[in-house]
Amino acid sequence: MTLALETIGLKKTFGGLTATNDVHLRLEKGARHALIGPNGAGKTTLINLLTGVLAPSAGQIRLDGVEIGGMGVEARVRRGLGRTFQINQLFPDLTPIETVALAVSERSGRGGDWWRRVGTRGAVLDEVVDVLERFGLTERMREPTRTLPYGKQRLLEIAVALATKPRVLLLDEPAAGVPEGERHEILEAVEALPKDVTVVLIEHDMDMVFRFAERITVLVAGAVLTEGTVAEISDDPRVRAVYLGEG
Amino acid sequence: MTMPLLPTSRADAVASAKAFLGAQSRVRPLEIAFWLLAFAALFVGRSHHLLLAEITILALFAVSLDLILGYAGIVSLGHAAFFGLGAYAAGILAQSGHGDPLSGLVVAAGVAAVAGFVSSFLVLRGADLTRLMITLGVASLLYEAANKMDWLTGGADGLQGILIGPLLGRFDFDLYGTTAFAYALGVLFVVMLALRVVVHSPFGHALRAIRDNRLRARAVGIPVERRLVAVYTLSAAIAGLAGALSCQTTAFVSLDVLDFHRSAEVLLVLVIGGSGRLYGAIVGAVVFRFAQDVLSAMTPQYWQFWVGLGLVILVLIGRDRLDDLGRAIVARILPARRSPEGTP
Repeated sequence: MTLALETIGLKKTFGGLTATNDVHLRLEKGARHALIGPNGAGKTTLINLLTGVLAPSAGQIRLDGVEIGGMGVEARVRRGLGRTFQINQLFPDLTPIETVALAVSERSGRGGDWWRRVGTRGAVLDEVVDVLERFGLTERMREPTRTLPYGKQRLLEIAVALATKPRVLLLDEPAAGVPEGERHEILEAVEALPKDVTVVLIEHDMDMVFRFAERITVLVAGAVLTEGTVAEISDDPRVRAVYLGEG
Repeated sequence: MTMPLLPTSRADAVASAKAFLGAQSRVRPLEIAFWLLAFAALFVGRSHHLLLAEITILALFAVSLDLILGYAGIVSLGHAAFFGLGAYAAGILAQSGHGDPLSGLVVAAGVAAVAGFVSSFLVLRGADLTRLMITLGVASLLYEAANKMDWLTGGADGLQGILIGPLLGRFDFDLYGTTAFAYALGVLFVVMLALRVVVHSPFGHALRAIRDNRLRARAVGIPVERRLVAVYTLSAAIAGLAGALSCQTTAFVSLDVLDFHRSAEVLLVLVIGGSGRLYGAIVGAVVFRFAQDVLSAMTPQYWQFWVGLGLVILVLIGRDRLDDLGRAIVARILPARRSPEGTP
């Protein structure tokens, strides 16, 4: 069976610094995978390599068996690699309707249409509402994004990414900055993601990681320290030493 | 036909989303009133038609800049490059015996579009400062090229012997400028009709997304470079139209069309009228030219001082507060007008 996402010997160096060192990842279709590691472990660099923001110094990245390491950001998105951002990257002046419609239009190959206004294609509109409903965003979908509560903006982050119909979705600390009382809303949304989408969760919140993930990869100093099931990782003394012990 | 039975809440949500998007691009009463007024001006006050034609052309030029600045977020200090190219293209064509205005207009837009397409690749990368310098540089290059190539452009003397034929083969350009005004207004009207579709299309929304957050725009799958090339080319073509109109309505082209002050002026117009809203360009052009007229009549030497002062005040007060004021005034004048969503 082809893996949904695979990296082979992925490496990134900045001058003398090795930010990502020989990383091998193997994710099956529909996997719920978490990527953890202390600050400076190279999680962000790894995401940037996967999504095409950075070019790898060596190694390969395969999405559904196809090498994507040389592709640009948009091309990878079109091939089904979606992501969210640790710090909200939304369009402050656009409403959630317009934001999600952008993603749906681009995915359905209608993003370049200049001769008809947004919303005149029923299929696009249906899909936009479906996505917004899934994340409980319909109530405030007509207000500019900047006026939404922070928690709702975090949900919109995931909604936009899902609207690109990714095969693999990278969630970069989806609950970052969300107050304790509202985190469950994010976790529920993440848990309710479609089963056929492969999800990679990058997260500091261990409760969330242990509740959500099936398997966990621990990154330390740019390299994979270990990989295993939730039980294996939580019992691993090395992981406790370098990571869990810290927090 | 089988329609799946939808829970009302979802159907409501779809209808609500549709209504919202529809309301965004709805034709507003003020818009209709503006165009009625503008076309009505054709039949009165003949002595002002030359000025009105000039304002209309400036407005069209500003609209073209708004497309890249207000929507796509590309700052330019050299938009006169495309205005000038359009003007020279129309002028040289007319000089060589092809005086038909409309076909000249099309050729001019084409020439400007090609130049826009080629130079668009230079403004793709870099931040605002880089773009300012690049656009400024391209315009300066064209200015000097036009200056040197006097066998084609007439150099510093300007293009001589431009003969413009009658519009549509029937309407000669008259001394009062009535034909000129009607022609320019017609072109502006058609361009505005087209652009209000474009800015509300997926393409138009993608431009705003690129302007607001390029990182996310890419992550959504928007091919950023391709969209920017397209809008820059379109904007150049419209600037070329404005330049051609300027040439055809005055039967004269000089190096002035490529001059830096023209690029700066159109930027001023957009700042005055407000960017990212199409009609701001028209408002800005009207305000700017009338202010220029009034001020230069009062203080012929120092009118630019007052323009400058007004601009500083405008920027200090802030666009948003002025908009609120404008809305309050409109609400006072039209108290019966409900907002489309029924919100207070």
